[in-house]
Amino acid sequence: MQEQIKISIRNLNFYYQRQQVIKELNLDIAANSILGIFGPANSGTTTLLRTLNRMSELAYGARIEGQILLSGENIYSPDFSVIELRRKVGMVFEVPTPLPMSIFDNIAYGPRLGGIRNRAALEKTVEGSLQAAVLWDEVKDRLNTPAMALSGGQQQRLCIARVLALNPEVILLDRPCSGLDPISTAKIEESLRQLKEKITIVLVPHNVQQAGRVSDKVAFMLMGSLIEEGVTAEVFENPQDKRTADYITGRFG
Amino acid sequence: MIRLNPKKSQVIAKTIIWLAAFIVILLLLFILIYILSNGVPNITWQFLSQIPSDMGRSGGILSTIIGTLAVTAVAVIIAAPLGVGTAFYLTEYTREGKITKVIRFSAESLAGIPSIIYGLFGFIFFVIYLQLGWSILSGGLTLAVMILPTIIRVSEEAIRTVPSIYREVSYSLGGTKWQTMTRALIPTALPGIANGIVLSIGRCVAETAAVILTAGSALRIPTSLFSPTRTMAVHFYILAREGISMERAYGTAALLIILILIINVVANYLVNRFVAKSR
Repeated sequence: MQEQIKISIRNLNFYYQRQQVIKELNLDIAANSILGIFGPANSGTTTLLRTLNRMSELAYGARIEGQILLSGENIYSPDFSVIELRRKVGMVFEVPTPLPMSIFDNIAYGPRLGGIRNRAALEKTVEGSLQAAVLWDEVKDRLNTPAMALSGGQQQRLCIARVLALNPEVILLDRPCSGLDPISTAKIEESLRQLKEKITIVLVPHNVQQAGRVSDKVAFMLMGSLIEEGVTAEVFENPQDKRTADYITGRFG
Repeated sequence: MIRLNPKKSQVIAKTIIWLAAFIVILLLLFILIYILSNGVPNITWQFLSQIPSDMGRSGGILSTIIGTLAVTAVAVIIAAPLGVGTAFYLTEYTREGKITKVIRFSAESLAGIPSIIYGLFGFIFFVIYLQLGWSILSGGLTLAVMILPTIIRVSEEAIRTVPSIYREVSYSLGGTKWQTMTRALIPTALPGIANGIVLSIGRCVAETAAVILTAGSALRIPTSLFSPTRTMAVHFYILAREGISMERAYGTAALLIILILIINVVANYLVNRFVAKSR
């Protein structure tokens, strides 16, 4: 089967003021798959993730060179709407971040920003998103209670549901399970596996094992450069670069 | 040097801290009880519903209640949007630099000026130069300038305490700057902002020096923003200073305290209800 390319990163360089964080990076991300981008701290994994929905440019002194194509269109071209981009390319953060409002209002936040007011439509979106994030059964009777009262794992699934409510084409996850227990982690990984049928997922895992468990493909980064990428099993069993091998086997990192 | 064993020093420290708190509360209670017990017996229906006659020796204080509320309302309606707007500009719409420093320095300098100076400024600028005369508008504008620094300061503080991740979440869901501000930041910062506004209302209600020079001391019921008026604090000051009627001065003072109390309770209730709804 010929795989479709969803995101294409071309000659990407990224700077925070004078410091170069990503160096001459080229990477294709296949549609409807999970790509795990991993590497030791300060490798540029999070920054790379944030360039994909232009959250990176919110930081002071951010500068970017190169191209990122989403379905063939350059997201950094002046006519590409950043608002539209972020609705198409959703993001889940490392720390679960419910907004201080009810579960319902959290999920409906994105659709409402887009101008949807119809209550029935919102209810439908909220239910669908919560089901897709495997949270519906746990919260369906208390949608109007504060989202802050949920457990950490539930909060993170809420954040995934909140992104899903926008019907995105891509979801970026930045170490979504780093503070969670194994059961919550398993639930999130399970929902990711289901979601990839419709959505392209880019994940920065909080450890190498998670990259191995859920990713179809992996990319290994070091000091802002892409060292190696490929099908997960191949990279893990037969890494081409010594640095990749050293990191995977735990010799450094 | 005397060395105390840890247990003893613990007890002594506790006692000192406890005493400090106790003295503060006692002081507050003493003032409250003193004024209320002297003033409340003078608060009758007639006192509330009639305008002062014979320079305040008889009649009530209705016109001064209206004057107080009017001047305060004008001040808050002008200063709150300006102050909260400035706070949002400083925190969300600009990076730290020369301009923010100038704005912050100006606001801080304004906060340190004694209120009588505001009164003089208001008299020269609003009353004379802008020819607004002694009026509710002049008084309100002067108070607005006076409370602006407090509102900016407290609002800025409140907005800064909103976790920055809320901004990121809102942007990442396709929010514009304006949407992020109105939907994610304002609801979270509102209790703090409201706190600053309530504090300012208290200062307006209690202000004397700045108001007497700008709103005048007329005893009639004001009919427009351009009418001169006398606030309760000014009335109280004149009654006591000129020895017109101590009973009525106490009555006015008691009512002033009760009014501030009511404003606080109502504002607290509204904010709590809002917070309970949004969390």
